[in-house]
Amino acid sequence: MVTFALFCVVAFLSLSPIAVVLSRSPRASGVVYASCLIITLTLAVVGGMCLTGQPTSRITLPLSLPWLGAHFRVDALSAFFLVVVNLGGAAASMFALGYGQREHAPERVLPFYPAYLAGMNVVILADDAFSFLVAWEFMSLTSWALVVAHHRERDNLQAGYIYLLMAGFGTLALLLAFGLLAGGSNNYLFESVRATPPSAGVAAIVIVLALVGARSKAGVVPRHAWLPLAHPAAPSHISALMSGVMTKVAVYGFVRIAFDLLGPPVWWWSMLVLAIGGITAVMGVLYALMQHDLKRLLAYHTVENIGIIFIGLGLALAFKAYGMADAAALALTAGLLHVFNHSIFKSLLFFGAGAVLNATGERDMEHLGGLIHRMPQTAFAFLVGCVAISALPPLNGFVSEWLTFQAILLSPQLSSWGLKFLVPAVGALLALSAALAAACFVKAFGISFLGRPRTPAAAGANETDSHSLAAMFFLSVLCLVAGVLPGIFIDALAPVTNALLGVSMPHQAGLDWLTVVPVAESRSSYNGLLVFVFVVMSGSIAAFAIHRLASDKMRRGPAWDCGYPDPSPATQYTASSFAQPIRRVYGTTVFHAREVGDMPPPGAVRPARLTVEIRDLIWDAAYAPIAVFIEYATGRLNVLQFLTIRRYLTLVFSALVLLLLVLAIWS
Amino acid sequence: MLLVLLLAPMLTGLVRVVKARLLRRQGPPLLQPYRDLIRLLRKEVVLAHSASWLFRVIPYLVFAGTWVAASLVPTFRSGLLFSWSADLIALIALLGSARFFLALAGLDVGTSFGGIGSSREVMIASLAEPAMLMIVFTVALIAGSTQLSVMAAHMTSGAVGLRVSLGLALLALIMVSIAENARIPIDNPATHLELTMVHEAMVLEYSGRHLALIDLASELKLLFYVSVIACLFIPWGIAPPDGNAGAIAVGAALYVAKLAAGAVLLAVFETSIAKMRVFRVPAFLGAALMLGLLGTLLLFVSGSL
Repeated sequence: MVTFALFCVVAFLSLSPIAVVLSRSPRASGVVYASCLIITLTLAVVGGMCLTGQPTSRITLPLSLPWLGAHFRVDALSAFFLVVVNLGGAAASMFALGYGQREHAPERVLPFYPAYLAGMNVVILADDAFSFLVAWEFMSLTSWALVVAHHRERDNLQAGYIYLLMAGFGTLALLLAFGLLAGGSNNYLFESVRATPPSAGVAAIVIVLALVGARSKAGVVPRHAWLPLAHPAAPSHISALMSGVMTKVAVYGFVRIAFDLLGPPVWWWSMLVLAIGGITAVMGVLYALMQHDLKRLLAYHTVENIGIIFIGLGLALAFKAYGMADAAALALTAGLLHVFNHSIFKSLLFFGAGAVLNATGERDMEHLGGLIHRMPQTAFAFLVGCVAISALPPLNGFVSEWLTFQAILLSPQLSSWGLKFLVPAVGALLALSAALAAACFVKAFGISFLGRPRTPAAAGANETDSHSLAAMFFLSVLCLVAGVLPGIFIDALAPVTNALLGVSMPHQAGLDWLTVVPVAESRSSYNGLLVFVFVVMSGSIAAFAIHRLASDKMRRGPAWDCGYPDPSPATQYTASSFAQPIRRVYGTTVFHAREVGDMPPPGAVRPARLTVEIRDLIWDAAYAPIAVFIEYATGRLNVLQFLTIRRYLTLVFSALVLLLLVLAIWS
Repeated sequence: MLLVLLLAPMLTGLVRVVKARLLRRQGPPLLQPYRDLIRLLRKEVVLAHSASWLFRVIPYLVFAGTWVAASLVPTFRSGLLFSWSADLIALIALLGSARFFLALAGLDVGTSFGGIGSSREVMIASLAEPAMLMIVFTVALIAGSTQLSVMAAHMTSGAVGLRVSLGLALLALIMVSIAENARIPIDNPATHLELTMVHEAMVLEYSGRHLALIDLASELKLLFYVSVIACLFIPWGIAPPDGNAGAIAVGAALYVAKLAAGAVLLAVFETSIAKMRVFRVPAFLGAALMLGLLGTLLLFVSGSL
């Protein structure tokens, strides 16, 4: 199996040069994206087969460092992530078949797209630290190239620069983590790391480094600053891949280190992960609520969902540390199911934003509105994505959050006092983020798709092409299926939890009516299928009865609006005014949000103005000082560029003496 | 299912009657909500020119979601046929879906009133929903289950007794119910004064059968919350699944009495308090959230509090 998967990766890599050659031809994007679609689908099937039946398979290739070789392996965990990555990749390729046709500089996108997909797959397949890190860096660089594809647009180059810095920082942290894991004996193979787990002190440093490394890629607060800049800058199908899929590769890296390589966890690791997850979830959604750029809003929302995933993983670590294997299986399943769900609906939403961008040329919600009339099918698919991501039943986002809540309800049995205080607070943060997410997506859908068009561009939008629509509807159907039949997906995750924890959640498939029962039926159960059927049934009964028995007459008229309808679309609520109450409630403390009104005196003809000032306190506290320090240090060190040759020689000589001294004292 | 549908307008009617009597008014007859609904159902719908297909679908979705949620609460007998299909968290989320769509409806026509209603509604919900979930956590940790039937059975079993955390949860639940049902002091169901309305502003553009469905949904939501309070905090009288006809009859009579008591208390509360400014609502609901969190924390610290 792993051989076959590697063949697919080689196919991706060979597509890149073909794309370079072809890129001037008008058919290039069709060829590249269609081949990527086929390869990703194949890989997704391979992943699915490995997950359901095949035992782990491995292979060693005589590549990379001569004494090490490149090791690849597929086990249950990597098989699951193969499915997630390639399903997202397949949908993105499908979407790009239509969307990519309108790309004005295809030669900047096409060669890097298959290489990027290859990089993500190799990270998941890698079985030694060296291949893992090389693939990780390859993935970062190809995605950077895609972020700066439209380098002439405002801010994109800066976004790419910040992204490159953060990616490099993350890789550095992972490099150190793997170096510590390898220890003095050079065992870079995952297998030998597993055989000799590190000592407690080393493990503690490794988990912190792994958190920092994975966080920088996944966009966990406070390492999130690059994400909302970089994700929207890329073309929309790439944004979908970066937001929906690449963040999951980072989660994979963390799960691999924390659950697989490090051996038995210590309870305080979970506190770290839980606290970070909870804060990330709420901060991410609050940032998202303040945005009125549609793609940036979605990118910030990724930060929130990564927080939810980390809450699940943190709970699983806590339960594992205290030997509560069943509860750990529940929490890990919740986290991983959210990985799968988020990759689906986030890709769907980015596709919708891409379709809107194509049709109107606008990403700013303040310039949209009324698109549901002009783009009904896109609007429907986007609505499905909004309901799913807001964790509303009967779609899939709700299932994973529900499982996380059930895991939280099992946690009073944890005996550490720190966790006893932290877990309820994290539960409250999770509930808060779920409610705020719903508010955020009422805003995203309501302002862009509903109401009256705010600009001529929005009024003249046309429905997007059939390939893009097919990709969106495919993902919408997946959202519904994963929502009403979650049992199938929970069972599919059983091999993963079995491999990492030794147990899995109770088997769901045989239960009556396909109900989901995480622990015991008397404790909790949820049946998405029945809820869905009930809602559809009672809605249609009501519609049928009313139309038959009462009245079905309808008349169009002007809006009522309490008797004062104003024909100008500027009188509608905008994205900023919609978020104003929430900004006032949460933003004054979290963002130091301030509204400055400038009212001209009577008789003056200039317009009144209201400006909203929002400060990113994390940026101010964590990033701005670093930038100031580097500025200062480079200013001082600049002197070294203008020395005479004698001084340079002195400098080199004294450095040599110093290093030799250090070596002498060290040994 | 039909029972809650038939009782819901009566509950709202009773609240209105009691409120009117407290104000020394004659008030509408008890059955007025039914007449209103029938009148609205018979009328034609006037749609705004800018309304989309979603605007016409939403009343049915809101009604269906609320109806299903209200029907899955054990009222006078605990062995509901499908009560395992959604636990309390799922029911809250189902009502959340209904609210999500209603807020979208407020934005659909593109008027300033719809926007003001939606934006305030999601602000209130962003605090009320987590508060509700913390209440659910508190009660679920005591009962060891999130299934309403099991919770009610556990509460009647006598193993619970008086607890601080339950008291906190009850207080918080009452505060959340008032906010969720757009009652004074959060919102005023009887007003059409632009600066004070939230729920009414959202549904301002609705007419005819659509308005009837949305009104019925709000009545069902009120019934849902009163039933949940009754089921969790005064569960006595709920007939067991294998109860005989006598037990069921007693349960039904007690349930109606509980509903009536809830309606009277709500009316008294509403008459005795003034409406809040919108930006004091977060303080009110924040208090509910903190009470719920405190209840949960107490239970995490010690199972017997």
